[in-house]
Amino acid sequence: MSVTISPKRLRSEFVKKVKELSGQNLQLCYQCGICSGNCPAASNMDLSPRQIIELARLGLEEEIAKSKTVWICASCLACTVNCPRGFDLSKMMEAIRLLTLRKNIDYMRPEDISPQERCELPQIAMVSGLRKFTG
Amino acid sequence: MKTKAKNLEDPAIASMEVLGVKLEEIPRWNCCGAVYSLSEDDLIHQVAPVRNLIRAKEQGRDKLATLCAFCFNTLKRANLLMRENAEKRNTINSFMDEEIDYGGEVKVVHLLEVLRDEIGWEALAQKVKLPLWELKVAPYYGCTLLRPREIAIDNVENPTILREFLGALGATPVDFPESTRCCGSYQIISNPDNISEYASDILNSALSHGAEALVLTCPLCDYNLGQGQKELMKKHNEFKEMPLFYFTQLLALALGLDSQACRFELNYGNPELLLREKGLLS
Repeated sequence: MSVTISPKRLRSEFVKKVKELSGQNLQLCYQCGICSGNCPAASNMDLSPRQIIELARLGLEEEIAKSKTVWICASCLACTVNCPRGFDLSKMMEAIRLLTLRKNIDYMRPEDISPQERCELPQIAMVSGLRKFTG
Repeated sequence: MKTKAKNLEDPAIASMEVLGVKLEEIPRWNCCGAVYSLSEDDLIHQVAPVRNLIRAKEQGRDKLATLCAFCFNTLKRANLLMRENAEKRNTINSFMDEEIDYGGEVKVVHLLEVLRDEIGWEALAQKVKLPLWELKVAPYYGCTLLRPREIAIDNVENPTILREFLGALGATPVDFPESTRCCGSYQIISNPDNISEYASDILNSALSHGAEALVLTCPLCDYNLGQGQKELMKKHNEFKEMPLFYFTQLLALALGLDSQACRFELNYGNPELLLREKGLLS
């Protein structure tokens, strides 16, 4: 994958908002990849959690938007508890999801869940899923 | 809990009574929101868990025990926020105009912690009427009781609380490396195919380490691992079904409570078959 980085992007509104919403210092990450190694969902992601951090701090918003990684994350916090730098990646993933959802772009439609599933699913699945995937 | 996980709640209430602990439901409780809000600017979603904590404080209680692992995580994290972040505490308190001010005074615990810290494994073992000898059970923790580190009920890397619990009941705990691995959680509503993959990894690992059943604490883990098994059985003829138990069901069984209290009929698969094989159920 080839990407163009620039000082303008590093100071973009996207980077600023990710920092604000996550409360995280994106520069803490030294790209060791322990987050990706511990992520139980990494095999279903097109970009690894480590790559998402790098793209986010470089302000490469479009590359992240093309990827489904933040939507595959289940906020299990395996990355968070194992990061040797104390970086809370779950909060960064949430910030990126919210930046999309707050533009009124939902990841899924509640009506796509079948009536049968709606009856069977535990309430915590519906409440948490709809909070993570719809704005 | 009241509709989809009665087999978690009913045996808990019955068992705690036997152990001399009367659980008191908080009045006017509301849904905690299921997931803790991870965004710095999203305080509105902290209101729901904090309201529950206020209800407990109003009752003059200093401790709130939860059964659901999701509620535990959300309530304990929100409690910590109210205790440690003065600015956010003030904003939330002034927003909830009609409520009393709250500053994290109530302690949030999971029922497993009550068993470990207040009753104790030895005292629990003494109350066991039907030791679960020969039952090889793998403890499955999932995520929300152990992560993040600041709210964990046990060692994050190497938890032993369920192993000790099973030991007190006389069962044989079976350690396996996937015991703290995520089941996929709410991804069940968006990416169900991934869930059966995770379930396969978790269940096959438990099976290969010699487990006959899995014990768990969370209604969503229970659902995902149950649904995952259904998919696996459709795809692979050789897949062996593994019974899933809530920890409260094994507790009730070991304390000698009847099947009305244990509610095995609500479980995925057929756990009663295994229990009959082991002579634990007539």
